[in-house]
Amino acid sequence: MAGTGLLFALFVLAHMYGNLKLLVSEQAYNTYAEHLRTFGVPMLPNSGLLWILRAVLIVALIVHVYAAVTLWARASGARSVRYAVKKAVAQSASSKTMRWGGVFILVFLVWHLLEFTIVKIDVSGKGATGNNPYRLVVDSFQTPWLTLIYVLAMLALYMHLAHGVFSAQQTLGWTSSARTYRQAQIIGHVVAGIVVLGFLIPPLAILVGLVK
Amino acid sequence: MNLTLKIWRQAGPDAKGELVTYQVQDISPDMSFLEMLDVLNERLNDEGREPIAFDSDCREGICGMCGLMISGEAHGPEKATTCQLHMRTFTDGDVITVEPWRADPFPVVRDLVVDRGAFDRIIQAGGFISVNTGAAPEAHSSLVPMEHAMRAFQAAECIGCGACVAACPNASAMLFLGAKVTHLGELPQGQPERWGRVVAMLNQHDLEGFGGCQNLGECSYACPKGIPQDVISTLNHDLRKAMAKGR
Repeated sequence: MAGTGLLFALFVLAHMYGNLKLLVSEQAYNTYAEHLRTFGVPMLPNSGLLWILRAVLIVALIVHVYAAVTLWARASGARSVRYAVKKAVAQSASSKTMRWGGVFILVFLVWHLLEFTIVKIDVSGKGATGNNPYRLVVDSFQTPWLTLIYVLAMLALYMHLAHGVFSAQQTLGWTSSARTYRQAQIIGHVVAGIVVLGFLIPPLAILVGLVK
Repeated sequence: MNLTLKIWRQAGPDAKGELVTYQVQDISPDMSFLEMLDVLNERLNDEGREPIAFDSDCREGICGMCGLMISGEAHGPEKATTCQLHMRTFTDGDVITVEPWRADPFPVVRDLVVDRGAFDRIIQAGGFISVNTGAAPEAHSSLVPMEHAMRAFQAAECIGCGACVAACPNASAMLFLGAKVTHLGELPQGQPERWGRVVAMLNQHDLEGFGGCQNLGECSYACPKGIPQDVISTLNHDLRKAMAKGR
């Protein structure tokens, strides 16, 4: 859970960095997308590194979801008679929603991959294709309902990362003092904040017309 | 004070239980929660009805025997054991729900009494140090740095009451495990068995059927001794080290 989670945190940081190229120029963004495929050529075949990364992420996702389902199942098996009254007094909104929030992010991920990677759905109806990633993204996010889905997903991602990044540090045994424990909680919110802010800037810039 | 109590009644381990409503009158705010239950039990006795079974021993907050889920909070709303919870915490007319600890490894024996034998078996698996008994050795012969001593003492405050399990949405006993592993692992006497201890205790924990940890923090909040979350990190740290050593 912790290892794969931290891998995903690194991935979203890198993904967010790539997205910000959109603010530079159409050429910068499309070149970045192209470089992801030609990285390592000729040592690797075209898209070689990309597929290695994808394979690692897919395996990590399977492990992450498997671990989550196991934890969930163990929890329901450990308390078969429930309390009539039970208060949640110490949990944060972020930690409370790890499971259902995680399910939401998974559903969003399926949509996100269909939209921009596997099918390249043209939600704007302006005829954008995967040949010009910049146009596909810009046209798509000029559609307000799509941007709304992404804003909601980023809210879920913030909550998942804020607890997840902290929790991973605790699971790895890096927080064995009051000070490091507190620091880990702050790091969780800082990483989540950077990722989500970075992810939200391009779509919102497109929506308000700063990027055309 | 007049209160309405909804108390879990269950005749035996396999009997079907239910919440039964009782009214109690003229409760002094200076009574402890257990004394309030004593008053109710005396009345039930006088009326020829079966008194409510609940555990208690020292009644001074150090033994860990008493433990009730009071309106959804382990040991009630104060940072203390149930015996040190006073009725002044409540207000006249309150409706209070009283349930036993709910976790499958803590089966209900009767009414509010649960069997916490699972904790004993976890301790037997590794929560000990092996020393020759007899005359106590000279205390200064093994020096302990101040910060290690303080942390060991803090973790050693755990009285094994089970509130951490009761409060945890996953019914996990990681705070209990973390407290024991930290308490012994911070001291020189705990070193020889340190790496085997964490693995043996965790295996027993899982075998008993406790849930896993999500680092939610409900356990530390419920703990009457205020054992902090960072002991769980020490547990995880020791487990990681033990696994690297091939345990």
